[in-house]
Amino acid sequence: MIGNILTAFITAVFIDNVVLARFLGICPFLGVSQSTKTAASMGAAVVFVMTLASAATWGIQQVLDSFGLGYLQTLAFILVIAALVQFVELFIRKSSDALYRALGVYLPLITTNCAVLGICIVNIQTKLGFVDSILNGAFAGFGFSVAIVLFSGIQIRMQESDIPEALKGFPSALIAASLVSLAFFGFQGMKL
Amino acid sequence: MLSVCLTAFASPLLIMAGLGIASGVLLTVAAHIFHVEVDPKVTEVREALPGANCGVCGYAGCDAYAEAVAGGKAEIDRCIPGGAGTANALSKIMGVDAGDMGPAMVARVRCQGDVGLAREKYIYTGIDDCFAAAQIFDGHKACAAGCLGHGTCVAACPFGAIKIVNQIAVIDEEACKSCGRCVQACPKQLIVMVERRQRVMVLCNSDDRGNIVRANCDTGCIGCTRCVRACEYGAISMQGALAVIDYDKCVNCKACVEVCPTHAIRDFDAPPVDREKEAAAKAKAAAAKAAAAKAKVGAAKS
Repeated sequence: MIGNILTAFITAVFIDNVVLARFLGICPFLGVSQSTKTAASMGAAVVFVMTLASAATWGIQQVLDSFGLGYLQTLAFILVIAALVQFVELFIRKSSDALYRALGVYLPLITTNCAVLGICIVNIQTKLGFVDSILNGAFAGFGFSVAIVLFSGIQIRMQESDIPEALKGFPSALIAASLVSLAFFGFQGMKL
Repeated sequence: MLSVCLTAFASPLLIMAGLGIASGVLLTVAAHIFHVEVDPKVTEVREALPGANCGVCGYAGCDAYAEAVAGGKAEIDRCIPGGAGTANALSKIMGVDAGDMGPAMVARVRCQGDVGLAREKYIYTGIDDCFAAAQIFDGHKACAAGCLGHGTCVAACPFGAIKIVNQIAVIDEEACKSCGRCVQACPKQLIVMVERRQRVMVLCNSDDRGNIVRANCDTGCIGCTRCVRACEYGAISMQGALAVIDYDKCVNCKACVEVCPTHAIRDFDAPPVDREKEAAAKAKAAAAKAAAAKAKVGAAKS
């Protein structure tokens, strides 16, 4: 059991990293990685939302399947995830000021994050059970955090480098991201 | 036929509409249950602040300062960039007396040795940052006190008031809000805050002897003491080989600006000295003098 969970963890974080292997959620990955602190907050918010969204969408999928309406998956998931994130934001704001300051500003940014939707759909496609879905969501979110915190270090280093004018900003960030992704491809050969 | 229509169209429509309505109701109810009272004063105060998040007030940003002011935990005169205008606006919102904000200040760079005037001691190709450049033999300028021109102050300025012109920092007096960020940012301590009404200033920070300054830079203070003698008010004194103006005595008569041979003293009411024009005028005068001498010699001969 614990072995299975560990396998799922390593698979989600390293082998099938949501950003660096599945190429989902590139937008916040490039946009919010200017400093390690904001990157870590963004990562924490993604872990939180992915876990919740995995649980909620698993339930929705059961409802859709019972009516034979599997093709409404994408539409229904987007709606449910957006509503869920808004609800959670309201709830956190009321219940914990500290948590709201840490996560709150990043929550609206990931309402329609393709990484969240992508992981929910992957959960369904790989026919995971309820608990496995939640675990996979949390692990994938953690994988996102690892990727964005790693990348923020590279971004900070690049801000101090003498980069050719034409490559300043996004071009150099994309090249660096591709190199990090290439490094993560080394995990692809792992047999677990 | 009807049943086919129902299963093909009605059920997905119903499901999606149901989901949408359910989420809508959930969010509306949640917005009511989890409603957080925000002090309207916080919003008002926040709108009156400049919004640069410079941190001079001692708080983490304009939002944090607005909260502190609205909560009565902070004085209303701590926003220096906003100046008297912001203090007045805050006093209206909070119903507290604005008090005296003190004289209006401005930041000034005490170096004019740009790429054409100051010599370099080596070619620097490292990180484009003044702190990094200053690590290596006190920077690449021959003068150890000079502005390195990598723009660390430009990056620190929240108001975009500093520009690098000819590899030297130049402050736009109109745009400067006297927050003092650049003063902290400069590794050479070249930038100082002075009262805005002070219109003359010695723009050199080198207390080296005159011959050394002259070898390093065309616009440094060479310690000739001409300005000390020109000042009728005894406002200028020498600290080592560097002229220093005592602003308690200075009356902005600008006599010192006229006599400074290297233009190290700048009049901030006038545009910067056009050195090319001055050099051309000097050359012309010298040529005229030589021609006159020649004519005199010629006349004496005949």
